[in-house]
Amino acid sequence: MNSNDPRAAAPEPPRTVVDVRDVHYAVAGRPPVFQGVSLTAERGRITAIMGPSGTGKTTLLRLMMGAIRPQRGSISVFGREVAALGRRELYAMRRRVGMLFQNGALLTDLDVFENVAFPVREHTRLPEPLLRRLVLMKLQAVGLRGAAGMMPSTLSGGMARRVALARAIVMDPEVLVYDEPFVGLDPISMGVILRLIQALNATLGITSIVVSHDVRELAAIAHQSYLLSGGRVAAAGTPAELSAAAAPVVRQFMSGAADGPVPFHYPAPDYHAELLREGSPA
Amino acid sequence: MRLAAPFERAAGSVQRVGRVALFFAQVLGQCGPALAQPRYIVQQIYNAGARSLVIVMLCGLFVGMVLGLQGYNLLQRFGSESALGVAAALGLVKELGPVITALLFAGRAGTSLTSEIGLMRATDQLAAMEMMAVDPLRRVVAPRFLGGVIAMPLLTAIFDGIGIYGSQLVGVGLLGVEPGSFWSQMQSAVESRDINEGLVKSLCFGVACSLMAVYQGYHAEPTAAGVGLATTRTVVISAVLTLLLDYMLTAAFL
Repeated sequence: MNSNDPRAAAPEPPRTVVDVRDVHYAVAGRPPVFQGVSLTAERGRITAIMGPSGTGKTTLLRLMMGAIRPQRGSISVFGREVAALGRRELYAMRRRVGMLFQNGALLTDLDVFENVAFPVREHTRLPEPLLRRLVLMKLQAVGLRGAAGMMPSTLSGGMARRVALARAIVMDPEVLVYDEPFVGLDPISMGVILRLIQALNATLGITSIVVSHDVRELAAIAHQSYLLSGGRVAAAGTPAELSAAAAPVVRQFMSGAADGPVPFHYPAPDYHAELLREGSPA
Repeated sequence: MRLAAPFERAAGSVQRVGRVALFFAQVLGQCGPALAQPRYIVQQIYNAGARSLVIVMLCGLFVGMVLGLQGYNLLQRFGSESALGVAAALGLVKELGPVITALLFAGRAGTSLTSEIGLMRATDQLAAMEMMAVDPLRRVVAPRFLGGVIAMPLLTAIFDGIGIYGSQLVGVGLLGVEPGSFWSQMQSAVESRDINEGLVKSLCFGVACSLMAVYQGYHAEPTAAGVGLATTRTVVISAVLTLLLDYMLTAAFL
């Protein structure tokens, strides 16, 4: 390559987009959520964060997005420490990240078109005809151009999730964060969302972080997976590596066993003793 | 422990007042940027103002009619029933108009604002805005606050006008007060400072009621019960604040 070629001088962007190191987080008066979680999300790859319900997967996303701050450890996004960002810088970072909420979180007073147009209207002065084309293009990508005039209250769960996805990609983000994207969806809607996540990653090169407990679905699309349990990363690797892991908690999660290291019963006093105590006269 | 409890409660109250004051300052800081998008404010004036019109007009009419009956009954004892117009106008413009409109506003528009913002919190809409780098204080709270503040004096003026019409309806139409003296005495006795007093009161009540509505909604616990509790708090605190402010402003204007 010619040494005068400007492309040769352009530094390659770092591979790691999100870097979580030894994060500790707890809410006052409750057991700690994280006790030293470390993981990374690499550029252009789909990273899956899995774990049983209540392990703090959504909390981890909120930490990454700067909505809450860890008590210890560091989280950097695009090479910048999130906790050190001021409000303006934090908002600048969030403009490079799209987030799909568990329930879609569509604005209920706006129709589908306006929901997708919302971030564009707020952050740009795009002429109306151009805005219209952009929004329709994104709605076409998720297969809901025909629903542009509908209100969120009239959409099914799967449709609402797809509209939220169109809204998340309308500003062409570098990273897309999905919070439980498959929850409550029928197999067809689930398949659609799954294909969209894959397509966005493959065609636009968007770095994707998917938080979910749907093992099979994630195993089909993820390049790298992390399994959270007990406030730590219990296992990490490709989905195949996780499936072959010997750790009991990983095996229980991957096989969906009802009892194991993650107990079926919430901690309680001995059942027989409790029944006998209730039955005995005062 | 027993000695500490009242102090803890007092400290908690001071903290709550501080939080409201801080929130008020944040909202005021976002009012400038919100004014750059006037269509959202106009929409909120419609929601808080135009949608409260029927109840305000209806109540204004009945309050004016009662004022006509009571005023006539009282003034007749002193042989000065021709002063009914002045009594009704001053009573409405200075006191009843701003106060009752504020109470109606708190019950109709205030609860609506609180539950709307509270539900937006409960359904992650505010969190979604934050994640889209859009400040909910600027986009959601400030336009609603400004809409309420602007709507209140307009509603009060309508309440006053309809109330005076109601008292005229009863006094002149039913009880036989001379229409000429009803209107001419009102015209000569009601001064601009009386109208200013009503205007200042309605603006202050607008700020208090709108602030309380958006504050309670924004800080509502994101559950059905939490939103319900916040809505109740809006009505109760707005009503108490309105009456407290009314006393202070009346004393200041005397």
